[in-house]
Amino acid sequence: MRYLPLTDADRRDMLATIGARSVDELFRDVPASARLPGKVAGLPDHQGELEVERAFQAMAAKNVSPASAPFFIGAGAYRHHVPATVDYMIQRGEFLTSYTPYQPEITQGTLQYLFEFQTQVGLLTGMDVANASMYDGSTAASEAVLMANRITRRHKALVSGGLHPQYRRVIETTAHWQGYTVAAAAADAAGLEDLIARVDKETSCVVVQNPSFFGHVRDFTALSKACQAAGALLIVVVTEVVSLGLLKPPGEMGADIVVCEGQSIGNGLGFGGPYVGLFATRDKHVRQMPGRLVGETVDADGKRGFVLTLSTREQHIRREKATSNICTNAGLCALAFTVHLTLLGEDGFRRLAELNHAKACELADRVAKIPGVEVVNDSFFNEFTVRLPKPAAPVVEALAKKRILAGVPVSRLLPDDPSVANLLLLAATETATEHGMGPLVDGLKEVL
Amino acid sequence: MVQSLDRSQGRASAGAATASTGATATFTGNRALQIEEPLIFEMGQPGRCGVDLPEPPMVRERLAGLRRAGAIGLPGLSEPQVVQHYTRLSQKNYAIDMGVYPLGSCTMKHNPRINEKVARLPGIGDLHPLQPQSTVQGALELIDTLAHWLKTLTGMPAVAMSPAAGAHGEMCGMMAIAAALDARGERAQRRIVLAPESAHGTNPATAAALGFSVKPIPANDRGRVDLAALKAALGPDVAAIMLTNPNTCGLFESEIVEISTAVHAAGAYFYCDGANFNAIAGRVRPGDLGVDCMHINLHKTFSTPHGGGGPGAGPVVLSAALAPHAPYPWIVKDGTGWRLAEDGDAVDGTPLGRLKAFHGQMGMFSRALAYIMSHGADGLKQASEDAVLSANYVMAALKDVMTPAFDGPCMHEALFDDGFLKDTGVSTLDFAKAMIDEGYHPMTMYFPLVVHGAMLIEPTESQAKEDLDLFIGALRSLAERAKSGTAAEDFKAAPRFAPRRRLDETLAARKPVLRWRPTNHPPGGDPLKQAAE
Repeated sequence: MRYLPLTDADRRDMLATIGARSVDELFRDVPASARLPGKVAGLPDHQGELEVERAFQAMAAKNVSPASAPFFIGAGAYRHHVPATVDYMIQRGEFLTSYTPYQPEITQGTLQYLFEFQTQVGLLTGMDVANASMYDGSTAASEAVLMANRITRRHKALVSGGLHPQYRRVIETTAHWQGYTVAAAAADAAGLEDLIARVDKETSCVVVQNPSFFGHVRDFTALSKACQAAGALLIVVVTEVVSLGLLKPPGEMGADIVVCEGQSIGNGLGFGGPYVGLFATRDKHVRQMPGRLVGETVDADGKRGFVLTLSTREQHIRREKATSNICTNAGLCALAFTVHLTLLGEDGFRRLAELNHAKACELADRVAKIPGVEVVNDSFFNEFTVRLPKPAAPVVEALAKKRILAGVPVSRLLPDDPSVANLLLLAATETATEHGMGPLVDGLKEVL
Repeated sequence: MVQSLDRSQGRASAGAATASTGATATFTGNRALQIEEPLIFEMGQPGRCGVDLPEPPMVRERLAGLRRAGAIGLPGLSEPQVVQHYTRLSQKNYAIDMGVYPLGSCTMKHNPRINEKVARLPGIGDLHPLQPQSTVQGALELIDTLAHWLKTLTGMPAVAMSPAAGAHGEMCGMMAIAAALDARGERAQRRIVLAPESAHGTNPATAAALGFSVKPIPANDRGRVDLAALKAALGPDVAAIMLTNPNTCGLFESEIVEISTAVHAAGAYFYCDGANFNAIAGRVRPGDLGVDCMHINLHKTFSTPHGGGGPGAGPVVLSAALAPHAPYPWIVKDGTGWRLAEDGDAVDGTPLGRLKAFHGQMGMFSRALAYIMSHGADGLKQASEDAVLSANYVMAALKDVMTPAFDGPCMHEALFDDGFLKDTGVSTLDFAKAMIDEGYHPMTMYFPLVVHGAMLIEPTESQAKEDLDLFIGALRSLAERAKSGTAAEDFKAAPRFAPRRRLDETLAARKPVLRWRPTNHPPGGDPLKQAAE
């Protein structure tokens, strides 16, 4: 087996050093009833690289690659061009095959890029301080609610109807089993929701999304003031982080915690994961923050260096009193994010955001001309909602048969809400072209 | 004026640098391949950019008047600068690709590159999670194939694939237990979770987050759960036991069947922390030990890369009792192909909810499946045996100069205490830092907590015997030097040859500097500027 360096002669020599006759002797603590006579039955034996690659190619061939079809799907995961440098860098073995930087003297590479990452996240969100990443946007949102509960010592989260439905479900699941309350507003397809009147003295936090799941762009400054007056925290979720290149950042709206799905920068679609959660807050809340944090310090020679810090919040020190049970984060996805954002820089990131908005405006204008199709949004970034004259799910399925990946029928994520049956989410990023928009518009005309 | 001190860019400088290393000062502050690297924020120039994007067309803006007003503050770098920056940073890291990485409990085994290749294939790496299911049949087949392997290797009937890491899997498993207790109407009464004192910190953190109170179970003098104490603690108020097996002392719980029988007899569930599955994968099925659920760290046992601390993946195998409570989504195969059961679909059972958006860590699934298929049933068994053999070999070769914490064969980790360092003035930390100068990543230190000054060595199956022999030789030499009684100062000064010497962690925590700001770092570290002065 190509990954196993020990030869039979090595194994014999090593057993002799140990003083054991066979490897079975080393497993003697396994109860007799659980000892298998040989390998696990019913599974194939080892294969060469060629055979493994063929098996994967066969599975890949059964899928429709977004690169091979007109593509307008978003809803929390976005197709962007990732520069070749990003994927090269994250495959360097020194990054790929190292672990959590517990020994800072020999992991300054990881620690420095995480410090740079934390700074970038703080700048994008307009917040004071960010952690070294979370699993993804949805779990980060759930952790943000837990953090707000700890800070306010209250146990009711008010969740916007503009929040991604799966994010809401993750928050509700955690709430159910950890024993707090979620008040969820109805789906807000029109973007007209006003939560201010619903913030009360029991509310620990209000969770909103910008742009919303339906694409609407909102200013939450008034809501943040209402939260402040009621002693609640405002959590702003961003699922399309590229939007922060063009939009007023949540920090300037008075957000107390900002969480983002960072996939759009540096990370491919990957069928849903692994992605990277961004998590930022105000300085005064840093000790209630979950996840790893990298801080600057000096070494014995007085040289600048970086270490994991404030770990007295974390499970390996605090055990049952930890702020979160999280151990692993998304280090390599954070690296992809930070390399891509460094390549983009101020000018590139802003231009990327402008391009996304321009493409989406173009798509919206073209789709709006299709008879019977209504663009719901007055405002959006790179994704918007359209109302079709009939249910969206079969329309999307019919277009898929023509190899057009048309968008997400809202009913897939809100199956119990009949009011959204005809709604379709369409996203256009910098990757959208005339070769895609033309067939989409023609295809929609045909199947409607 | 040219100063003779360290003048590396952006660094505080001090004269001790050169004295302690015996090196001659350089103009740049670099030392050959060790290149000092500023932060990107200290490198950028306005007008530089590492990508070329077309001019955006003019459009009627639809941003609700919420256009960002000021600059973001991101630095501008060209592509070659970016490549050099991250390449230089990478060279400050130790990694599995460089050598023995014996970090106990983390299973730092070889990360094959075929795994990276297949995870990136067009049609796998670039799929959107919400594409119509008819267009992702191969992706669903891939997840289902991995699920089949995981269920068969563990002898368990069901698996929840979506948890993003081990701790997330623990949360999933303990929620499933809470859901099963709910279904029995006993959740209000069963509020206690038992966990050994040697447990990973995530275990008590998870149980406490779900509102359980954690009651520690003592170990016996053989490093195993004290069965009598466990039986005495079991009762109608106990929800579950959380137990790592092989345990964190590197030992197989020899009375595991008696433990699971007693736990079940008391109406409780058995959560097994699968962090150490690499010792037994392909050789022992946890289902045969009476386990109700167990998370599998794909980034440990099945070699998906650790990536500097993630991403991981933590699928949870479930017994028949817990399977009806598995979270959304899962994959169903019927006559027409594969489909996802998602929130709102009519299903049997009472799913506990949803743990994350979309369907799990697909990129990790691809890599783990490639690893598993490459090994096959025969190779996985051999890998576990080699991992256990290597750990026992290290233990046997060091037991006369270091102090094993327990007698008898270990599993895939060799645990030592600091008895051999008694009265030498050298601590476990000093010993570990001295390993860095020998070219090794230290072992896990001070864990498990039940062993004084613990050193937990996990060599994995990936090291050749010659490399293990050199590693053993280095540790023997360090142990003998420490015990000579004259080297304590040397140990305290280690590491000397790493990119940084020991870092002041107290300062970092007392005055947290968690991001760069223009005011943090007054310029003056630039050698050219200093030379000009």
